[in-house]
Amino acid sequence: MAVFEGSIAGLGNRQARQRSAQFYWRLPTYLVAALVLLPLSVIVLSWLDPQPDIWAHLLETQLARLLKNTLVLLLGVGVLVALVGVSLAWLVATCEFPGRRWLDWGLMLPLAIPPYVLAFVFLGLLDYSGPVNTFLRNTFGWRNGLGDVRSAPGVIVVMALVLYPYVYMLARSAFLGQGRELMDAARSLGVNPWRAFWRVALPMARPAIAAGMALALMETLADFGAVSVFNFDTFTTAIYKAWFGFYSLSAAAQLASLLLLVVLLALWLERAARRGRMSQNQRLQKQQRYRLAGGRAWLASGYCLLIFALAFAVPVAQLLVWTLAHLQEFDSRYWLFVKNSLVLAGTTSLVALTVALLAGFGQRQSQTAGIWVRIASLGYALPGSVLAVGVLLVLALIDNHLLAPLYEALGIGQLLVGSLLALVLAYLIRFYSVAFGPVQSSLDAIRPSYQEVAQTLGAGRWRILRQVYLPLLRPGLLTAALLVLVDTLKEMPATLILRPFGWDTLAVRIFERTAEGQWQQAALPAVTLVAVSLVPVIMMIRRSSEPH
Amino acid sequence: MSVKKSWRAVIGWPLIVCASALLFTGCSQPESDAEVITVYTARNEQLIKPLFDRFQAETGIEIRYITDNAGPLLARLKAEGKNTPADLFLTVDAGFLWQASEEGVLAPLDSPILKANIPASLRSSKDDWFGLSLRARTIIYATDRVQPGELSTYEALAEPEWNGRICLRTAKKVYNQSLVATMIKSLGEPETERIVGGWVKNLATPPYSNDIQSMEAVAAGQCDVTIVNTYYFGRLQKDNPDINLAVFWPNQSDRGVHINVSGAGLTKYAKNPAAARQLLEWLSEPEAQYLFAEANEEYPVNPAVEPSAEVKAWGDFKADNINVEAAGRLQAEAIKLMDRVGYQ
Repeated sequence: MAVFEGSIAGLGNRQARQRSAQFYWRLPTYLVAALVLLPLSVIVLSWLDPQPDIWAHLLETQLARLLKNTLVLLLGVGVLVALVGVSLAWLVATCEFPGRRWLDWGLMLPLAIPPYVLAFVFLGLLDYSGPVNTFLRNTFGWRNGLGDVRSAPGVIVVMALVLYPYVYMLARSAFLGQGRELMDAARSLGVNPWRAFWRVALPMARPAIAAGMALALMETLADFGAVSVFNFDTFTTAIYKAWFGFYSLSAAAQLASLLLLVVLLALWLERAARRGRMSQNQRLQKQQRYRLAGGRAWLASGYCLLIFALAFAVPVAQLLVWTLAHLQEFDSRYWLFVKNSLVLAGTTSLVALTVALLAGFGQRQSQTAGIWVRIASLGYALPGSVLAVGVLLVLALIDNHLLAPLYEALGIGQLLVGSLLALVLAYLIRFYSVAFGPVQSSLDAIRPSYQEVAQTLGAGRWRILRQVYLPLLRPGLLTAALLVLVDTLKEMPATLILRPFGWDTLAVRIFERTAEGQWQQAALPAVTLVAVSLVPVIMMIRRSSEPH
Repeated sequence: MSVKKSWRAVIGWPLIVCASALLFTGCSQPESDAEVITVYTARNEQLIKPLFDRFQAETGIEIRYITDNAGPLLARLKAEGKNTPADLFLTVDAGFLWQASEEGVLAPLDSPILKANIPASLRSSKDDWFGLSLRARTIIYATDRVQPGELSTYEALAEPEWNGRICLRTAKKVYNQSLVATMIKSLGEPETERIVGGWVKNLATPPYSNDIQSMEAVAAGQCDVTIVNTYYFGRLQKDNPDINLAVFWPNQSDRGVHINVSGAGLTKYAKNPAAARQLLEWLSEPEAQYLFAEANEEYPVNPAVEPSAEVKAWGDFKADNINVEAAGRLQAEAIKLMDRVGYQ
């Protein structure tokens, strides 16, 4: 070892090395941000093609109502997913009551149900002509039954039931990681359990809850399927109207760019919620739960069961009834659809997870500028079709000006549009933030001192990543992998427009049927999609609950 | 817990899946030798695949296709430019066909067969797209609450006697936009605005997101009449033959029932234009025409071909013979009009 390593020259060298190392750690984030910027630039550049006519019309007749509807929806869904997600996560993570063991994973299952599927099942059951209202009319003579469910409260409840798992899963990991000592310490200082929850457990879980809510709200903002089923006009429906109705992709992209502004603001708020976070000790040993007794235990079971029934059991039962009535829908190609769905989702979740992990770890090694991190997560907030067409336009540009001339010279080649690579890239752009959210919030929960200790013991960064971080991050990584996997399985617009010939998936199958309002015939692919999503959910859950 | 194990737990199985995906990428290369027609279609797979299979069996020409909504398919066709693999663009609704023609992604086709088989009002005036099936958008009423004699025209549904008695599908659906667009063409904008405004006033409940729901609301008694495409009624009738709904053909003493088409056009940069033309012509011939329409209980565009027995049972009607292109040209006006009167 050189004794005089601290000489001026050596110091300069080391700083340069550090700087370049820092750059490498930031690279994954830059990479994703650049990928996301490609379609985003298409959207922002749409302003070069002004559409004064359409804008004047929208301002005059539509925007006020659409903005109000969108705000009501966001507010309603936000409050509801937070209440439901956090309360369920707390009960399941820290209490013991009948049924807790299976509800623990059962409550994640609604994630497998695409929002538009829950929307059409609910409408099928609760509409004026549906069985519930028909029964109420015929039996009790209630002329209007439950009233019109195609209203703001109806949409909010449906969206919250499909989206609460984001908050539930993230908050659950956070509560599990907290351990009970802190709560016990608070209790021993004379604080009642309710106050201890508010003052200790909840603030510590704040980054996770914020990340989960950000995902749920971004999906709400981007949703087109569920709101269409309810004919509930939002900002997103205006985007589609500009595109399909006025045939103006430019006006649609301009509206979408406004949506992005809102999302940037929301992401900034989320980061603000993370600030002042508390590091916590990831306890990997089994923790003691509060044993609920008597009425309280049954109340907890009943509440969890109610949510499980509404969000999963009832819709799946209805889908099964429809499936059995339309079994002729099944043909041998179904196995191909299942395989295609799984291959695409598996590949995407692996790619997204790897990139998210490197980006998250890299960010910890050297503070990446927040703006890049935020840009990288914007893909999730755009309506799927708009993002898909943005990706498509950019890839077609590359094809036409770069690859096509090159291949012409070579005499062979595969263009990007319509290739698997393009599709996985589109998925990565869309779902990166779904992977990054859980990874980052579990990274936030790891004390920097762990790394400092490992460094003092002479471990390199790769070794620290492998031996310190990965084991601690396992619950977060599993959550991320699962979310991306299930989201990719459900994804429709990018799959439709970018898939290679013959790569039909279950989601494509659902589209074929719902596009013409044949919801009952869509039940078979929908139920298959749910079943396929359950396999990884259950596999992951079993892995995450293995004794450590 | 060993670190290695945790690694495997996280990436193990997706890795296998990923490897197989890479394998599959290699297989997705197009085979350039075999004769292949590539179709971008917004008409559902279940409605076209049987015909494609039949064509392939008869001619040995392979057809590959992707399905999506018309908007994204059109965007893709336009973006791909001369590198597009697509030979044919097939969609439902004259508006989108007109739009495709406007965007310049279709090529004119001078085909005596297509001209002979398809009436002029159901194809492009530039010969770059051709209607393949005809759909009628008509009035459906509740047989237990409405006498057919009470009904006359689309316009009459705006009268006060229908207050609180009509259901409609959303104005965001292109079928309603086309209906209103052709009304603007025939009646002028102010009159159309008065009528559509009257419909909105007469609504029993906010518009539904599809025709089936709207008809189910009529059957259940929420309202008494609605306006839908006949094939949706056909579907409902197939599931429930005794349903208390019936078809009424409006405007029989003037312009006739509003009709729309599904149709297709050759793409400008088709790689296999000869075979694509052969397919298009084949689809306009009687045998394919019957099957194409029958699959979805629509009407054939070829006047020499009778519709299926179920469809014929709804009775003959006089159709509005305005060129369906008008639906595309006036679509934006129609949407603005519907927005103004609060038709959501």
